Amino acid sequence: MKIGRVSGSVVATINSSALQNRTLLLCDLLDERGEVNQGGYTIAVDTVGAGAGEMVLILDEGNSARQVLADADAPVRAVIVGIIDEVR
Amino acid sequence: MQLGRVIGTVVASMKAPGLEGVRFLIVQPLDKDKQEVGEPVVAADGIAMAGPDELVYFVASREAALACPDTFVPVDHAIVGIVDQVSLLDDSL
Repeated sequence: MKIGRVSGSVVATINSSALQNRTLLLCDLLDERGEVNQGGYTIAVDTVGAGAGEMVLILDEGNSARQVLADADAPVRAVIVGIIDEVR
Repeated sequence: MQLGRVIGTVVASMKAPGLEGVRFLIVQPLDKDKQEVGEPVVAADGIAMAGPDELVYFVASREAALACPDTFVPVDHAIVGIVDQVSLLDDSL
């Protein structure tokens, strides 16, 4: 799993069916100190109601993502599965 | 998943079984400011609607095949949506 920060949202009306009505958030990937990691980002499906600017836990693995979304055929790899309060 | 822009089409008459009817497009990956980053990739059009110059988002690796009608196919990038808008926060936040 990766640490990210929600830095924006992506609006798309035409989606693959499994992604219809899902919230897509654009997340900067962070290193262990919470710094932006070389400008890397990912678009992740939100499952926890994360908000703008929040530090989040991103799952970037397809099988787990499909399990979280409870959809065996979802073409999704990145899913937000937690909101991080603190990294020590 | 990443942002990308459709910059071309690939026409192939001989394809692996299961890929008949699947469109292939050349997609330039973009960063969050929509600037080009990295090399273009050939991606299956999982929504069968993406057109030239369109801003899309795509999924890479094994999950790409799941966007195709037949899900056990040799595909490693697939377009899964057409982006209408990307809203970014201010850097100050």
